[in-house]
Amino acid sequence: MNAPSLSERLVRIGLIALALLSVAVFLVLPLITVFAQAFAEGGKLYVQAIRSDAVLTALKLTLIVAAMAVPLNVVFGIAASWAITRFDFYGKQILITLIDIPLAVSPVVAGLMYIEVFGLHGWFGPWLAAHNIHIIFAMPGIVLATVFVTFPFVARELIPFMQAQGSDEEEAAVVLGAHPLSIFWRITLPNIKWALLYGSILAASRSIGEFGAVSVLSGHIRGRTTTLPLEVEMAYNEYNFTAAFAAASLLTFAAIITLTVKKILESASGIHPRAGQEKDAA
Amino acid sequence: MPRRTSRLRLSLLRKPSPLPGFGVSLGFTVTYLTAIVLLPLAAILARGFSGGWATFVHSIARPRVWSACTLTLESALLAAMLSAAFGFLVAWVLARYRFPGRSIVDALIDLPFALPTAVAGIALTTLYTQNGWIGRYLEPLNIHVAFTRWGIVLAMSFVGSPFVVRTVQPVLEDLDQSMEEAATSLGASPWQVFTRVLMPVCLPALLTGTALAFARAAGEYGSVIFIAGNMPRKTEIAALLVVTRLEEYDYTGAAAIAIAMLVLSLSIMLIINLTQNRIQRQEGKRG
Repeated sequence: MNAPSLSERLVRIGLIALALLSVAVFLVLPLITVFAQAFAEGGKLYVQAIRSDAVLTALKLTLIVAAMAVPLNVVFGIAASWAITRFDFYGKQILITLIDIPLAVSPVVAGLMYIEVFGLHGWFGPWLAAHNIHIIFAMPGIVLATVFVTFPFVARELIPFMQAQGSDEEEAAVVLGAHPLSIFWRITLPNIKWALLYGSILAASRSIGEFGAVSVLSGHIRGRTTTLPLEVEMAYNEYNFTAAFAAASLLTFAAIITLTVKKILESASGIHPRAGQEKDAA
Repeated sequence: MPRRTSRLRLSLLRKPSPLPGFGVSLGFTVTYLTAIVLLPLAAILARGFSGGWATFVHSIARPRVWSACTLTLESALLAAMLSAAFGFLVAWVLARYRFPGRSIVDALIDLPFALPTAVAGIALTTLYTQNGWIGRYLEPLNIHVAFTRWGIVLAMSFVGSPFVVRTVQPVLEDLDQSMEEAATSLGASPWQVFTRVLMPVCLPALLTGTALAFARAAGEYGSVIFIAGNMPRKTEIAALLVVTRLEEYDYTGAAAIAIAMLVLSLSIMLIINLTQNRIQRQEGKRG
């Protein structure tokens, strides 16, 4: 390749500068704003806001919800990708499309769907009320909403990964008489661990930050059904900006950790961040 | 070791496989999918049409619903185009150039995916109000972003931008640069190389990314409600109206708007899926 001419170099520098400037204004400034606002009234008030009961209980609930939702979708992701990548069956393409549905549904609509199923006027509402089981405006509802919005995350990472890997090793193990569970623990799981971890981190990050779906199903009872993102909203609407941005700073911190871990996993395992439909399992 | 082949295996499998666990894994997948996604989807459809077609149409064809829906569509369209411009520029720079800080920029692109929408919402609002770091320079120019339609577009393009980068970037990285070099050596101007060689290859990915950004923007709630101002018939988006209807205990009205939103987003998803399948099949034919 020839050495770049002066005009080519100018175009290159110009485009890099423009990209950096737009990333700075569009993405970095909001990030800095969160911390600047959180510390606007000094570090002491920030610490006070973080250690308030409202924030601590919200943080606890957020972590509990994520700890319930992520494992459920991990199990689903493994089962779905095993069925889809290891077998050729009728209706496979339809199944793959259906798994992607939650990505296309507005979080608010997702929340509303569960109200129509479990709410007082919903399908199972009267029965649940008669048996004194609370799902809507209680923790199970928040967990369900979180499971829904993170539903495809693990499966979508595993399917292309397992497809590319093929099933030769597992078939060899079957021929040699290995037990199905030992095939899973000794061959499949070690092979997919990076993709599994990657998908789980995406799911955990979204679980911690989900707002719309949880907002519809939570009932906003402070100290009982407010997750951290809901606490951000409530404090903000009460014009308690330090508290809102202090809670937001915890979430931003979690987001920065997610991006860092993601980047490390990408360089360690060769996984690439993608959006859109995969070229998989066709 | 001969294993008894179950009836499910025989009837569903196109090709026999020696591997275990077909019934268990598919059974769990379908059951879980039905419980978490399909059943709730059916419930919302049942509610929206519980009063019949006429009630459904009546719930949609109200001025307030109509203006919320058109506002959402217009804003999402503008936002998707902004995301496309930003996304193509950043994807190009990341794929083609090496510069200090490149990997940090690459990691930052996913920030809108990782940052909770409520946090994005309050941060953007604070930046663009009249005292904000950006707003204070825009207000004297008579450009109002916070609590106007522009705020909605801004928040929507923020959440949609990674979709474009992450669909276009892999295509640009895989692209064989010798094609561009060949075009140049045959006398094509840089602009001709861009429009005749690059764009045809990138266009499917760019359109897919933009469509995904549009779908995300049309359903976005968390980041928009803080910056929108939420004035009925002026800056009230469809997702917010769903919540408002719900708070008024108008379940049928809420479900009707939700169904309209579902039809839009699911058809976008289906179109993307079908075009991708077609492209794959064509590539397969070419070998």
